[in-house]
Amino acid sequence: MDKIPILRMGAFLLVTIQVDLYDRLALNLEADLVQMVNKTNAKGVLIDISAVSIVDSFMGRIIGNIASMSRILDAETVVVGMQPAVAITLIELGLPLKGVHTALDMERGMNFLKTMIDVEADDDDQDAADYDSIAE
Amino acid sequence: MMMIKMQPTMTVSLSKDTVQIVKEQDVVFLKNRVKEVAVRIKMGLVNQTRLITAASELVRNMMRYGNGGVCVIEVVSSGRVNGVRLTFIDKGPGIPDIAAAMRDGFSTGKSLGLGLPGTKRLVNEFDIKSKVGEGTTVTILKWANG
Repeated sequence: MDKIPILRMGAFLLVTIQVDLYDRLALNLEADLVQMVNKTNAKGVLIDISAVSIVDSFMGRIIGNIASMSRILDAETVVVGMQPAVAITLIELGLPLKGVHTALDMERGMNFLKTMIDVEADDDDQDAADYDSIAE
Repeated sequence: MMMIKMQPTMTVSLSKDTVQIVKEQDVVFLKNRVKEVAVRIKMGLVNQTRLITAASELVRNMMRYGNGGVCVIEVVSSGRVNGVRLTFIDKGPGIPDIAAAMRDGFSTGKSLGLGLPGTKRLVNEFDIKSKVGEGTTVTILKWANG
């Protein structure tokens, strides 16, 4: 059984989908990811779909579900790296992915998550914040 | 028997290939075959994506509502341009009200109801025939540069 790995990086979870999704795989990812958000107290989820060539209405719905489920668990979701052909197809299909944040690439997605989530509020990052203010 | 039709173009079939759809792995195989054929006739990337997405929607319908079936992949020619025609045939329960099934947001399952109307928007020609108790046949055609 294939499984899509979920990596933890600080307060964020990173998912890179390297294979073409099929229904069962997408459903498993949805369940695993929501479990992980809960288990790790993640504040942000970043999903890289740059290697995904087909997103149909089912996969689109799963992506929307992940974003909505994460949000009610207090985590924001950003989908990055969508191929232009996939964007065209999704809109023509009638699936505008409302309520899902997107960014062009991993770096912008990461920055977006950082600005959206007040990481400095976490205790761990208190020192870093102090250091920043001293440096200035 | 109800039908919703676009005006079909006269075409000549250049190659024909049948794929049995029984289990979920067959879906991946079908998508790969469709991709191969589309690449062979030099279909553009965006049209390839539209075609494979449309195939993905229809094959899911066939698995979910029709207990699987077959998909016929054809390369067709109108004389000037080539295209790919896919015919999905199942012997499922059939669709009682095709007009409703073609409406955005209509679903008898738990889905979004975008499958059929969305698919129609992605392809150049779309034809659906269904008879309750006998099954459903959906035919789509995408031109290489259409």
